[in-house]
Amino acid sequence: MMLTLEEKKQAVIEDFSLYDEWLDKYEYLIELGKSLEAYPEDKKTEDRLIKGCQSRVWLDYILQDGKIYFQADSDAIITKGIISLLIGVYSGRTPEEIASDDFAFIEKIGLKENLSPTRANGLVSMIDTLRTVAENAR
Amino acid sequence: MNVKEIRSQFPILATQTYGKPLVYLDNAASSQRPVQVIQEWDRLAQTANANIHRAVHYLAGEATDAYEGTRDFVKDYLHASAREEIVFTSGATASINLVAFSFGEAFVHEGDEIIVSMAEHHSNIVPWQMLCQRKKAVLKVLDIQENGVLRVEQLEELISHRTRIVAISHISNVLGIVNPVREMVTVCHKKGVPVLVDGAQGIVHSRVDVQELDCDFYAFSGHKIFAATGTGVLYGKKKWLDAMPPYMGGGEMIETVRFSGTTYAPLPEKFEAGTQNFNAIPTLVPALRFAKSCMEDTETIDNQKNITEYIYNHLANHPLITLYGRPKHLEDKIPLFSFAVKGAHHEDLALILDKMGIALRSGQMCAEPLMDRLGVTGLLRASFAPYNTLEEAEYFVKALEKAINMLI
Repeated sequence: MMLTLEEKKQAVIEDFSLYDEWLDKYEYLIELGKSLEAYPEDKKTEDRLIKGCQSRVWLDYILQDGKIYFQADSDAIITKGIISLLIGVYSGRTPEEIASDDFAFIEKIGLKENLSPTRANGLVSMIDTLRTVAENAR
Repeated sequence: MNVKEIRSQFPILATQTYGKPLVYLDNAASSQRPVQVIQEWDRLAQTANANIHRAVHYLAGEATDAYEGTRDFVKDYLHASAREEIVFTSGATASINLVAFSFGEAFVHEGDEIIVSMAEHHSNIVPWQMLCQRKKAVLKVLDIQENGVLRVEQLEELISHRTRIVAISHISNVLGIVNPVREMVTVCHKKGVPVLVDGAQGIVHSRVDVQELDCDFYAFSGHKIFAATGTGVLYGKKKWLDAMPPYMGGGEMIETVRFSGTTYAPLPEKFEAGTQNFNAIPTLVPALRFAKSCMEDTETIDNQKNITEYIYNHLANHPLITLYGRPKHLEDKIPLFSFAVKGAHHEDLALILDKMGIALRSGQMCAEPLMDRLGVTGLLRASFAPYNTLEEAEYFVKALEKAINMLI
């Protein structure tokens, strides 16, 4: 049984709180990045690139039975971990659920503040893209 | 000078980042400032803040003295032949743009050619591209060898009768290689072509004598050589500066203004339109003094040499690392190292190293054409200053190893 959006967010917050040190949090993100499902090479196209990230991040999605399923990749592993974290939370949700979410759990795990400004902008761009996809699918 | 004594002059070096001592290795992007620079900045703001040149009152006189005294100091520092040859700008970028515009207006026409090198910072590419677009001129590029060294032997054949100027960096901000500027100037002058030298890194790592180099223009920023931000210098030979029209119009740069026509001020004011950064420009004096004292101090020279050898040998011999900028002789390399780690993204490495207290640069370092030439999307760059210690270099090597192990 799939966790609800709220349950899943809570689980991520708890996972993150296990680590005090930022290096350990990075280890966790690196593991998430490494375990992300392989992304098809032919979908690494210009139109699937998320703009505003310093490293390259591709995002693809399908709409199936009223739910959005995301796929993503990045050439930088921590960024890949971050996008993996995001799609782990939001993949398989309805457009309404995603579009109406406040994405505040990102603030709760302190991810944004602990990224360099360029990375933080990249995170904002990732969130904007997820939101736009959901808005357009409504 | 002991490196500890040097460090004690830089308050910011006591910073703790994420509970770890800051190891600042992003000096090629911007250096830190010693107390004497900060104090001068502060002193001017507190005791000599008034607009320079025009007013007759006391404060204006103080501010003008500091500003114009700096011009004399910089003239002597660079060994220029006249104070009129020193123009203050906001930085190396502004200095190069000034030349690209004004020299271009006077001397570049349709079909003419401008030469830059493959290893230039965007600031020494884009202004020339803009000029070429404006004038329908052609930008030609001097290539590098596989080890990053400029193909100086190809310069002569690259110069044609249409070449109007050659713009090259003294030291590449990515490769850290000292270019044979003197030799290149001779080649260019033999063909009657003037040379602009982008000295953003060069001024920091060598004692520049513009008469000895015989370059026609030399541009640098203050903030990379311990001075306040928003300060820059353009040295230009008087014969060129005199023949060039002003870059910007406004206050200061005029002689008389009538609606029927305006005449311009003589050098150097002709190129200093508008209110200048008069609180900051005088910080060039203590900053250059400090730089000079480091360059003349044997202990500091040895320390920098030891760091260069240590880091170079480590990176050059590491099985997973590709180090870019490997001149035949290590004397031609400044303590600036750009490299890639096989299987690890430069951004990931920089992010992890940041959490270990190490500040360095990742990405394209404002040199995208060079990145393309090297076949990389970005690199990691560690650049050292006289206040960096060998212990910091060793810590950096250990931390890098740890970061690599986390990632692959």
